[in-house]
Amino acid sequence: MELICPAGTPAALRSAIEAGADAVYCGFNDETNARNFPGLNFSRDELRKGIALAHGRGKRILVAINTFPRAASVALWRRAVDDAVAAGADALIVADIGLMDYVARQHPDQRLHVSVQAAAANPDAIAFYVETFGARRVVLPRVLRVSEIAEITRETTCETEVFVFGGLCVMAEGRCSLSSYATGKSPNMQGVCSPASHVAYEETAKGTTSRLGGFTINRFAPREAAGYPTLCKGRFSTALGDGYIFEDPVSLDATTLLKGLQAAGVAALKIEGRQRGRAYIESVVRHFRRALDTLEDGSEADIASLKPFTEGQSSTLGAYRKTWR
Amino acid sequence: MSHSSATSSGPLPTIPPLLALALRPLPLLPLQLVLGGFLERILRHNPGLLDRLGEHRRARFGIKPADLPFAFIVEAAPPRLQVVRELPPGLDACVSASLANLLALVEGRVDGDALMFSRQLGIEGDMEAVLALRNAIDDARLDLAAELASVFGPLGEPARRSFELARDRLIGASREQR
Amino acid sequence: MQLSLGPVLYNWAPERWRDFYFRVADEAPVDVVSVGEIVCSKRSPFFAEHLPEVIERLQRSGKQVLLGSLILVSLRRERRQTEELCAIDGAMVEVNDLTCLKSIEGRPHAIGPFVNIYNEASAAFHVRQGAARICLPPELPVSSAAVIAAALPEAVIEMFAFGRVPLAISARCYHARLHKLSKDNCRFVCEKDPDGLALKTLDRQDFLTINGVQTLSHACTNLIGDIENLREAGIGSLRLSPQDCDMVEVAKAFRDMLDGRRDAEDAGGRLSELYPGVAFANGFLRGQPGFSLARA
Repeated sequence: MELICPAGTPAALRSAIEAGADAVYCGFNDETNARNFPGLNFSRDELRKGIALAHGRGKRILVAINTFPRAASVALWRRAVDDAVAAGADALIVADIGLMDYVARQHPDQRLHVSVQAAAANPDAIAFYVETFGARRVVLPRVLRVSEIAEITRETTCETEVFVFGGLCVMAEGRCSLSSYATGKSPNMQGVCSPASHVAYEETAKGTTSRLGGFTINRFAPREAAGYPTLCKGRFSTALGDGYIFEDPVSLDATTLLKGLQAAGVAALKIEGRQRGRAYIESVVRHFRRALDTLEDGSEADIASLKPFTEGQSSTLGAYRKTWR
Repeated sequence: MSHSSATSSGPLPTIPPLLALALRPLPLLPLQLVLGGFLERILRHNPGLLDRLGEHRRARFGIKPADLPFAFIVEAAPPRLQVVRELPPGLDACVSASLANLLALVEGRVDGDALMFSRQLGIEGDMEAVLALRNAIDDARLDLAAELASVFGPLGEPARRSFELARDRLIGASREQR
Repeated sequence: MQLSLGPVLYNWAPERWRDFYFRVADEAPVDVVSVGEIVCSKRSPFFAEHLPEVIERLQRSGKQVLLGSLILVSLRRERRQTEELCAIDGAMVEVNDLTCLKSIEGRPHAIGPFVNIYNEASAAFHVRQGAARICLPPELPVSSAAVIAAALPEAVIEMFAFGRVPLAISARCYHARLHKLSKDNCRFVCEKDPDGLALKTLDRQDFLTINGVQTLSHACTNLIGDIENLREAGIGSLRLSPQDCDMVEVAKAFRDMLDGRRDAEDAGGRLSELYPGVAFANGFLRGQPGFSLARA
């Protein structure tokens, strides 16, 4: 299985390759990708250099152009496609159906991956992308069980890629407007979820309060482990009780499921975290490189070592586990 | 060998309170002059830092080493560093952590989000500015020892060695890892 | 401008559900009605027995009926259900997930608000595939809707104009989770909340609404004060999403407003009477936070 690693900066790209990535995914420094954060991502020149570095070491670069183009500004997204193709990207990761149509028509030889943001959650939806646009791989949403992944992979003619570590969307990706409800900015449109511009932390006697767009998302006691101020991992109140209604602050860690995913026929494993630092990339990529290299000899992977990198200092198998739903 | 990142080997040590107390009466101006020159040099050697800071390059950042009796106000454009006993109100953003964690962050040895999750890093104010700063620094692959050496000219090599020794003792990391 | 009634998103008792549509057929001044269980496939069997008579009654009263497809399709059973829906003759399918597209290509169909159409190129693709109506995603600003409508005069472009906004869909059921039940053995606890389950912040601020696997806004979208704006943008239809209130009267208020029998203030006041205690919002229309309310 191929190990696909994130990079938000050229330095992180180098770190990922040195730590054992087979491929690195990254995006341009604008709203065309779903990690449009300040100080993050690649200029055209940085992408060209990153691709040269990767190709020099026999690795691949996948370019995420996975937001939904704004009406009347589609040209910006098409230019991102053209520039990524010209730079020699090994694949484009696309979510918008109009943009996939463009890639298929203008760059028929370019390898196209269906982004997780396209929310293709079953063989029929995947077949549509394969037959209509010639998609070669689909990144599966984080809402499926391993048995369902196996079924999809059996019934699908393209490759499948699944997330194995990092941030965990509780909602079907690409179909969530929670962030824009509170802030006006969404993953689909602006490439941001719970954007930093709308986050505020307040220290009070009760602890640290995180707010998003004025709504209280969580309150942490002084030494309590924290997570991102994302809505789906906040603490809320209902008539049936208070707490983490959607999901605890946790990160996905599927280290213990690698064999199952291999048996399911998955082609590629993806690590989330283009917004994370080099220290995260180095440790997480190295961990999974080692886990993949020793998959056959039956040695137990050390899953404790990644705990510090997880939200709430805890990890989950997420929807891969049957009882999650 | 594998880079055992600081986070995976547990929390970094803090400056002992007694030592911090001993540092309290020291005059700040000499420190400010040295660090100001250091900042200028880092920015000159790493023009990418300003590019990544983008619109936040004029932000005023308060940096508070939680275990030291003083703090820093840092501006990137134009480069300016002040050493103060207390951070004043009105800064764009403030970051606080132990000196060891701050140094490790600057050198990309720890992941900022991981520090935040474990509550070892406090951030307040303009989160976009903080993110831009963090990402800019992480991409710059700063080596403080090497930067420091270049400040000291011919005395650079001994300065680098003594800084590395002090840093590694503080961070608890072995020098071979660099 | 047309008025359309979206599908009931909540788990209403089957008889109540049937009677709701009977009354809509007889009394509501809407042109289009989208029916069917689109949120949770486990609920579908309860409505299935009433669906034929509901469709028949609505069509007899001259309303165009759309059959809504499931929003999130992952189980084999759900795929089969979706495929069967696409095979039904006599009513257009409203596509809420691309799963349908392969079997429906070339046949006229509608696109529901759960399909991501954010720009004219994507909209044009769907129209080429046979989409005759497109209800745009609720978070889309009217500036984008205007561009899409101008590019595709052959399609009816619809916007989400009344009701709590569907914001997210998940494989996990939050009703079951709150009741400490597994999804497979959920005992259909969502039926206890015909208008959804209120979720507040820790500071007791109204925020969201839980409806099984779906999460909606607390605030109720209300574009009755923005009709002129929507007309200018070329919007051809307004969607009213059923809440636990008198939807026939809600539809009448919108119809009165469209026909000039009420002004915005009057019609807005009427909606506050009909759905009391719930904040109205129209922020998405202007690219603002969805919970916010701005007056034109």
